[in-house]
Amino acid sequence: MTNLAILIPVALFLGALGLGAFLWTLRSGQYEDLDGAAERVLFDIPEGDQPESGA
Amino acid sequence: MSCCAPGAESALDLAKAAGPAPDEIRLASRALGDGLMQTDLAVPGVHCGACIQAIESALGKLDGVVHARVNLSTKRVSVKWRGEVLPPIAETFNRLGYAAHLFEDDAGKDETLWELIRAVAVAGFAAGNIMLLSVSVWSGADEATRDLFHWISALIAIPALVYAGRIYFRSAWNALSHGRMNMDVPIALGVSLAYGMSLYETIHHGQHAYFDASVSLLFFLLIGRTLDHVMRQRARTAVTGLARLSPRGAMVVREDGGRDYLPLGEIAPGMRLLIAAGERIPVDGIVRGGTSDIDCSMATGESAPQVAEPGASVRAGMLNLTQPVTIEALAAAKDSFLAEMMRLMEAAEGGRARYRRLADRVSALYSPLVHLTALLTFAGWMLATGDWHRAITIAIAVLIITCPCALGLAVPIVQVVAARRLFENGIMVKDGSAMERLAEIDMAVFDKTGTLTMGSARLENAGEIDAGALALAGAIAAHSRHPLSQAVAAAAGRLDGGAPRFDRVEEIPGCGIEAKAGAVTWRLGRAQWALGRDEADGTVLARNGIGIAVFRFEDRVRPGAEEAVGRLEADGIPVEIMSGDEESRVALTAKRLGVEHYRSGVLPDDKANRMAVLAAAGHKVLMVGDGLNDAPALAASHVSMAPVTAADIGRNAADFVFLREKLTAVPVALDVARRSGRLIRQNFALAIGYNALAVPIAVLGYVTPLLAAVAMSVSSLLVIGNALRLSGAYRAAMKQEEARSSALARAI
Repeated sequence: MTNLAILIPVALFLGALGLGAFLWTLRSGQYEDLDGAAERVLFDIPEGDQPESGA
Repeated sequence: MSCCAPGAESALDLAKAAGPAPDEIRLASRALGDGLMQTDLAVPGVHCGACIQAIESALGKLDGVVHARVNLSTKRVSVKWRGEVLPPIAETFNRLGYAAHLFEDDAGKDETLWELIRAVAVAGFAAGNIMLLSVSVWSGADEATRDLFHWISALIAIPALVYAGRIYFRSAWNALSHGRMNMDVPIALGVSLAYGMSLYETIHHGQHAYFDASVSLLFFLLIGRTLDHVMRQRARTAVTGLARLSPRGAMVVREDGGRDYLPLGEIAPGMRLLIAAGERIPVDGIVRGGTSDIDCSMATGESAPQVAEPGASVRAGMLNLTQPVTIEALAAAKDSFLAEMMRLMEAAEGGRARYRRLADRVSALYSPLVHLTALLTFAGWMLATGDWHRAITIAIAVLIITCPCALGLAVPIVQVVAARRLFENGIMVKDGSAMERLAEIDMAVFDKTGTLTMGSARLENAGEIDAGALALAGAIAAHSRHPLSQAVAAAAGRLDGGAPRFDRVEEIPGCGIEAKAGAVTWRLGRAQWALGRDEADGTVLARNGIGIAVFRFEDRVRPGAEEAVGRLEADGIPVEIMSGDEESRVALTAKRLGVEHYRSGVLPDDKANRMAVLAAAGHKVLMVGDGLNDAPALAASHVSMAPVTAADIGRNAADFVFLREKLTAVPVALDVARRSGRLIRQNFALAIGYNALAVPIAVLGYVTPLLAAVAMSVSSLLVIGNALRLSGAYRAAMKQEEARSSALARAI
């Protein structure tokens, strides 16, 4: 019973962490342009010329 | 059109590629504060990483541009700039070879989609965790442990029900409060009853709790609903991203001769507007200065351009072809021809309003049946045992097991797969009900100009004309936007006989083009004018008044038109042509395509009336059209389709919009719609068959949470698997078709 008392909160916490991370990515606009993101990863961007994030 | 074929578009397309005027762009820009402006443009031509880089780097180098970002998914570009002068954005796009245009602002982000995605995430989190605990209970957790797990499950399920379930509760309440029934009613009821009963069981240390069923049901259904929404959203973005054909404003000439670019809404009757060659006429008016050729095909369906002299009246939506003219506005934009069409559209009650979706019809039958079964079960057990608790538990178990998870997925999943198929073929579908309606048509009516024909002419007798004369005519014709000139220039383009030089080229509206080279005067155009004789007819090229070549033109038939008509007729769907054009041209097209029934010179409201007459006669009519004059008929028909080149309101009225040139999009869409209709019916049969098996078990009281979870997942997977067959069957059909056409090509 004691190991359950630790494991269940841990499992729930990790799950909630995943959920929170997903909602954060959603809010910060990371799913606005999925096709574009797939292409942009292949670009050569010169040092110090990073594009600003979001739009 | 893009990086992969730079310069493929010749100068002939300049008129189309010109893009929005700087004044129009400035009008559509938003101020972000701090002197920063943002302009959003739709650029349908971007389709790969190289396009992104080319556009972003070219725009980024412009003076004043702060930031430029391409969104490849929505095919839009947003440019942030500052300063007094608008950076040459449109020019940059033209130089790069992309068509860019302004689009109707769709109020920023789509909130419903994000709400659905957040709900899916919350339901997924809850379903996963509860399932984890449930598996432990099923595998034998006992007494205190089981109670603990049930309590935790109950706690996790609350946010899921409140947050994710409210979408269903809202919709179910909406339906019930209007006295209607939809699929969400049994879902909402099943989910909340399952939760309530499980909570009661948990409090009383019962063995069986259905938290897992209640939440995973929501999770599955939300996935289906989200996919459905994404599909419609995608089609909508693609359609709103298309070029607007009606201008956003016009150049107004003030009393003192000054000029202002005013938005459409501020144009009042009596104002004088300057319409440049290649611009559309924004409001109804009378020509006051200048003479030009006007293309009315979008407004009336007439394919031959009309001459507009001072005193001639013009209507909103017509295209000024050859010379700048000044018109006096007769009506404000809201009272113009376009607005008249809008009113006709609103008056027309189309299939969309009358049609009840398949899923709603099924649920109207299904829900009462299910609830009645549950009630009877309760009554039966009450009579048999007199045990309240037992009777209620079993009755709720019946509701849970019949909860239409598979039924809720049966329609959207098939339609998502079908919409994807159509999307791959360049066909946008506005919503799922359009596909259901398309599947049941028994007649098709086509507009002619712009739909069956391309709205542009083709030189018919290019082979008979001396190559030198044709090349010369082509060089002269290249100076004009007139459709016949463009046809000559296009035919001559392939011959190339060394570019001749002219001292002066002048276009005379209603007559033709006059080119002077030294002492020689070339005239290309109407025979009476070019030859100086009254009895002459047709279009000629003349050298100092002596005819050299005669040109004959025909309407260029849209590629695939013949095949489309043939395939529809072979499918048992009679085809009719209904056009605003003159009799002889319509007859010619009808004969070429082998269409027996045609009507010519039909006015816009008569088009809509014809739809109403056909509907009253019990026909379910597919209307395919593009012009402003077709818009009321598109709205009045059972289901409608428009090519991408259609007028804005026509495109918005149509259920389907096809982006590619070929008219075979019509039979392809019909084919997909019919296949998906069959699959939807199979899915209903599967879901109901599963219920027929499961209900007796539930009624007899043998259902456990484990059994419910297994049954629900299996039936959902079955339905999804069946829906995916659409893509398999369709790919096979496409392969067959390709093989057939390549065999045909070899044979030729």
